[in-house]
Amino acid sequence: MSAPLKGLLLAGGHSRRMQRDKATIDYAGRTALERSLALLHPLVGEAFVSIRADQAGDPSRAAHACLPDLVPDLGPIGGIHAALHSDPSAAWLVLAVDLPFLDVATLQQLLANRAPQRLATAFVSSFDGKPEPLCAIFEPAARAPIDAWIAAGQRCPRAFLARHDAQLLELANPRALDNINTGEEYAAAQAQLAGASAAEPAAAPRALTVQYFALLREQAGRSQETIETRAATARELYDELCALHRLTLLPAQLRVAVNEEFSDWSRALAAGDRVAFLPPVAGG
Amino acid sequence: MSAASPGAAPRGAFSLSDQPLDLAALRAMLADPHCGGYAAFEGWVRNHNEGQQVLRLEYEAFAALCHSEGERILAEARERFGVQGVVCAHRVGLLALGDVAVFVAAAAAHRDEAFRACRYVIDEVKHRLPIWKKEHYVSGDSGWVNCERCATAHADHGHGHGHDNGRAQSPAEENSHEHTHDHE
Repeated sequence: MSAPLKGLLLAGGHSRRMQRDKATIDYAGRTALERSLALLHPLVGEAFVSIRADQAGDPSRAAHACLPDLVPDLGPIGGIHAALHSDPSAAWLVLAVDLPFLDVATLQQLLANRAPQRLATAFVSSFDGKPEPLCAIFEPAARAPIDAWIAAGQRCPRAFLARHDAQLLELANPRALDNINTGEEYAAAQAQLAGASAAEPAAAPRALTVQYFALLREQAGRSQETIETRAATARELYDELCALHRLTLLPAQLRVAVNEEFSDWSRALAAGDRVAFLPPVAGG
Repeated sequence: MSAASPGAAPRGAFSLSDQPLDLAALRAMLADPHCGGYAAFEGWVRNHNEGQQVLRLEYEAFAALCHSEGERILAEARERFGVQGVVCAHRVGLLALGDVAVFVAAAAAHRDEAFRACRYVIDEVKHRLPIWKKEHYVSGDSGWVNCERCATAHADHGHGHGHDNGRAQSPAEENSHEHTHDHE
């Protein structure tokens, strides 16, 4: 039985190289903080914004549940430390706020490959092959080793993962964890996101067929429907249908099928596609 | 089991049926003079699950995807274990206690491959086939297996963007694709 998962968004940095607060910079119309929380929320029971004690009054953060550092000036590992102490029975899905390319599929890859019997599950960097601690799951058992790590004067969470029992994964999307620290990197990220949205505009309305099964069929009150939608991807379509039919299953619980084949949440949808969201199966 | 069930004769190696499975016909599909070992597994509807008294079951399948994925599983079993033949049939619709819900059989030159292929197929079927099971309980209640507990806790959540909603469901329940309910 694995520990229940809570979310921690690391937004306590000083953003010195950026010279502005990384949490409030804008990506495609949303702040980095809002974008990251929207990714995190569907996957965890509760999500918190990790902050320095002196950020408690900051309005962009105060709108969310915050978790202040217990020990000042430890950097990211201080946020992870505070989270593991705030609820020792929870595992923590930890995300940095400055991951503009992070996508749902990457988080789902992390969750699907979680190894709850180890201290952590993390990706290895596609740049240097070292563990990436800022998009990772830390299990309750990591608390004591992190305490000891800090007590020994260590700070670096990458080194912590490299020297402890962590499940390490290869990124299916190698760009997903590219982060930004400087104004130049931000400009490049903006250009790429703008390019991506120019190449895939919010789709023109077109007709798709949605098939419903089992619990979702009952909640939607139908086994099939044709809808006009602007949803560009399977994920956008599901969000729309959730609002329309008050569906209760979370994306992390579902699989996507398009035209009677397994697919994924980022699948771009075309007119006439037959889309199904498959609840947890129970054959046999 | 009624042996006289006209709609139940399987065509492909994987089949879905809304009629009682014709076990003799399924077994006969594997008859082969090269084979000295035959192993079969039947999953039955049992009268209890997780502390609830079960009255009957309902299976629902995404038929097109079940067929392609079912045939894929059977091909994997043939490839991995070198069996001569392997079949699987799964029921859909309403089932009563004692009914055969799923049947898997394999035939091979020797028994070991047949046993292993059979085990492989039933395990993969449970995890991969888009089939859902609704249990109807003696209490009058009913529920979709692996779906209900995690769904209710989420019912009031406005899908992903509300920041202040306390939510109770645990991911252990959320990731319930791994939970299976064996009949054996």
